Amino acid sequence: MIDFAFFVEIIPTLLSGLPLTLQLAGLSIGIGFALALLLALAQQGNHRMLVWPIRSFVAVFRGTPLLVQIFLIYYGLGQFRPTLQAVGLWWLFREPYWCAIIALSLNTAAYGSEILRGAIQGVPRELVEAASAFGMTRLQTLRLVVLPLALRQAIPSYSNEIILMVKGTSLASIVTLMEVTGIAQGLISQTYRAVEVFVAAGAIYLTINFTIISALNALETWLTPYRVRA
Amino acid sequence: MTDALHILSVGKGGWGGALLLAAGVTFALSVLGFLLGALFGAVAAGGRLSTRALPSWVAKGYGTVFRGVPDLLTIYLLYYGGSIALTEIGKFFGSAGFVGLPTFATGVLAIGIISGAYQAEVYRGAYLAVDLGQFEASKALGLSRFQLLRLVIVPQLMRHALPGLGNVWQLVLKDSALISVIGLVELMRQSQIGAGSMREPFVFYIAAATLYFLIATVTGSVFRYGEARAWRGMVHA
Repeated sequence: MIDFAFFVEIIPTLLSGLPLTLQLAGLSIGIGFALALLLALAQQGNHRMLVWPIRSFVAVFRGTPLLVQIFLIYYGLGQFRPTLQAVGLWWLFREPYWCAIIALSLNTAAYGSEILRGAIQGVPRELVEAASAFGMTRLQTLRLVVLPLALRQAIPSYSNEIILMVKGTSLASIVTLMEVTGIAQGLISQTYRAVEVFVAAGAIYLTINFTIISALNALETWLTPYRVRA
Repeated sequence: MTDALHILSVGKGGWGGALLLAAGVTFALSVLGFLLGALFGAVAAGGRLSTRALPSWVAKGYGTVFRGVPDLLTIYLLYYGGSIALTEIGKFFGSAGFVGLPTFATGVLAIGIISGAYQAEVYRGAYLAVDLGQFEASKALGLSRFQLLRLVIVPQLMRHALPGLGNVWQLVLKDSALISVIGLVELMRQSQIGAGSMREPFVFYIAAATLYFLIATVTGSVFRYGEARAWRGMVHA
């Protein structure tokens, strides 16, 4: 029943999409994290002029489907080609690759900023007070006290977000990027063997996710040596 | 701006009516998929909580696969896999062409399977949050297993489950846009059709985003209301 020869045939084809999947995921998770951290920190000051636009950005990107965001950036902004050409940004919005990365990054920045905002607020006040009693500047307090604790605290929630992003890269196939899911869809319509292709492509994603979760678990354990638990 | 308003108007020559109708399809698709997912999720949570190895193992595998694999792949599996099987059956009865699965039903099934995997985790956590004394007291009262679940555990479990279910619902609503890839004319697909036909992608995708956002906001407040009601009369942090 199980046709190993068929798996041997399709797995290399599917794996040829892996570099693109990993690039999309890696770049957007990296850019998204940097943006998320900025957005989370900007909200700490409670300046209304900063907080209000950030909250709106977060609400919009969390309240609409990622697919709509990709289409809006790729097809929607394409409508403003002359303007984009005039400001020299057309090269960016012309490429489905960059549009997918922009959409994925903004999306994960919105979710990530909420995770980091919660984690930063979760750092005990006394620690910040103690740091300023030591004569640390605000930047030193942030760098040496608040961020190390907050980022460690955020690892479990953030790893969920990273998994969602890895899965999210599959939507890039809808704007013509042939990553693993795009190749899988092509294979299914060529061979009519949906189950086998699903199993093979699914195994690739599960392996990526398993690797990420193990690495982040190891990082968390390494950062909390005194809290050894099962 | 007036152009955009004209395109999105509900009357003659406007796409507003079609978009609102498609938003209705999105809503129906999401609600039915979510309810089917509640069924799958409850069964899977039961499996996870079972002390026997096989049910627990199967439920764990179900959760790992459908929470770890892109939803798009699951949708392709169900649509193409189902259609291929259906085409084979059609051939047996003498039909020649490709038989496509009904897209709405496939969409509901796909959302049900995917959201069930997430809902299982919510129900399991909520079940474990119910105080053990409640089980003992029910036993002391002589309630049967079914009575214990229906009268004591589920009402209290729902209290803990509602916030998590609200999150899964938001996920479902946004996932429903992916069903557009198999050709179901829901909000996403309808906006694509409009965008292509009027050559105004920006207007149509902004309109779609706005409608998704509105549905998400309104239904989100329904969940919050439900949560407040479920906890009424209880003191909690």
